[in-house]
Amino acid sequence: MTTPLPPGIQLEKVDDRIMTLNVGPQHPGSGHMRLIIKVDGDYIVSCDPDPGYVHRGEEKMAEYRNYIQNIPHLERPVIHDSCNVLYPYCLAVEELLGIEVPERAKYIRVIASELNRCIYTLYWLAIYGIFLGHSTMFMWPAGDRELFIDLLEAMSGARVTHAYLVPGGVRNDLPANFEERCLRQVDYFEKRLKEYQAIFYKNPLLISRTEGTGILSRTDAIRLGTTGSVLRASGVDFDLRKKEPYDVYENLDFQTVVMKEGDSYARSYIPYLEMFESCRIIRDAIRKMPKSGSVRTKLKPNPKGGNDEVYKRVESGRGSLGYYIVSNNRPEPYRVKISVGSFRNLICMPYLLKGELLGNMPSVYWGLNYWPVEADR
Amino acid sequence: MSSENEKDEQSSDTAATSSEDAGSLSKDETKKFYEEKGIDFSPDSPVRPKPIPPFEKSISDKIASKFGSKVNVDYVRASRIRVSTKKEDILDVAFFIRDELGYDHAESVAGVDYPDSKEIEVVYHLGSYTDDKLATQILTLATRVPREEIPNPGKDSTRMTSLREVFYSVEFHERECFEMFGVYFEGHPDNRRLLLPEDWADIPPFRKDFKIKGR
Repeated sequence: MTTPLPPGIQLEKVDDRIMTLNVGPQHPGSGHMRLIIKVDGDYIVSCDPDPGYVHRGEEKMAEYRNYIQNIPHLERPVIHDSCNVLYPYCLAVEELLGIEVPERAKYIRVIASELNRCIYTLYWLAIYGIFLGHSTMFMWPAGDRELFIDLLEAMSGARVTHAYLVPGGVRNDLPANFEERCLRQVDYFEKRLKEYQAIFYKNPLLISRTEGTGILSRTDAIRLGTTGSVLRASGVDFDLRKKEPYDVYENLDFQTVVMKEGDSYARSYIPYLEMFESCRIIRDAIRKMPKSGSVRTKLKPNPKGGNDEVYKRVESGRGSLGYYIVSNNRPEPYRVKISVGSFRNLICMPYLLKGELLGNMPSVYWGLNYWPVEADR
Repeated sequence: MSSENEKDEQSSDTAATSSEDAGSLSKDETKKFYEEKGIDFSPDSPVRPKPIPPFEKSISDKIASKFGSKVNVDYVRASRIRVSTKKEDILDVAFFIRDELGYDHAESVAGVDYPDSKEIEVVYHLGSYTDDKLATQILTLATRVPREEIPNPGKDSTRMTSLREVFYSVEFHERECFEMFGVYFEGHPDNRRLLLPEDWADIPPFRKDFKIKGR
């Protein structure tokens, strides 16, 4: 039995407690995407991701250009991971056109894409640091990233948008003395990488925000179809470089990094550990690479694809990246569909954020290894 | 073929000139020109006779023996199988693929527009994390829905059953397919726009009759 309220006074309804927050799209941290978050006090009740602010219609553009003209614009979704983004496109076009890639080119591609994976992961780590208010962690990876940018600049001539991988091999051979320079920088980087442990991964700031937050169980990770570091942080041993080795990955010595916790900490730790594996791959590839030989199979002028379709995928910095290309005997593809890791991991966001503290939102969000521009394509 | 398309073809970076562009050169001279440059001049679309891999064949045989004439096995290649079915049967086939064959997630859902046959093809790429034998495999499940000349997304006959209750991971992919091709997925809980702006008033942009300006 409740006593009648005095006139003009109302009891608070449940809906009144809920406040709707727009995170983004202009937020400097969120990237160009919006999260519509409903909060009850400090706790998130629901989250509705709204991507699409940087949708460029890459797939539509690809239908208007021939297989060679498509190279530079298809790397635009993730310019700081451009070699890995172009890799499945090259594999798919090679299968469509029936091109064999020279052995040396395969090794150079692996080196380029592993260097690029480090560039991507360091950029991601830098943003992770600044998300949690840790500006040293922004400066260190951003500085160390220059090492790899310099190497890829020596390889391809461009600092960020390399367009280095092309169907049939790579655009040009390695410069003189590249191998020694690369090994020297990788050795230095590995020493440097160990220092990240003390400043970031053992930091109570990171641990309090990430340990035990946003837990994704193994069953859910599989059911939601997540990929990349998110999947491996939930205890699923799935890396396409091991499971479906493309080019020369089966000859190289490295491990898949798997953790079973499934929380934000595991998701932030796995890309870091994978950088050590990338260094191992680079070192091994330089040792096993043929010292000379052709690096590019020349294509026919204006190659046509036949009446065929192909689906090829590689492991990018954000997980599996697949290209589905339908061709109809024309120099342009009939349809290009890019299946990207960011878009596939986006589905986790409403699940992980429900019931979470609003203050933990940045670490959960960025731990999903989500790059808005790639998800929108 | 329009003149614009021809212009595109000529600007390939592999050769200084294409065969149409060679102008004054005769066909033999053009061929010689390419041979000197080391460019292959053999016909397009190479014939690739490949043996049918036995493991992939066994998977496609299971589907074919279960559903008979309801499904059509389009190709069986190394690590890639393509199966197409009518849109009425796709839910049964999808349940069979998940429960009996062990595929557990969808990698992508792609629409392909075929205005000539008045159809839109919806292609599901399915993979498996749990079964290690299937780790390299991608099963392509395709179906076709009718396509209308003047689309009215969500209200016309361009619709099919959603596979969300089978593969939870298709949720955002199907939303993308709905806005880009106008294919309505019945039973999908959340058929809203995803990437396009809320005030988009044109036809679904990935259909072939939507032209990019200036092209």
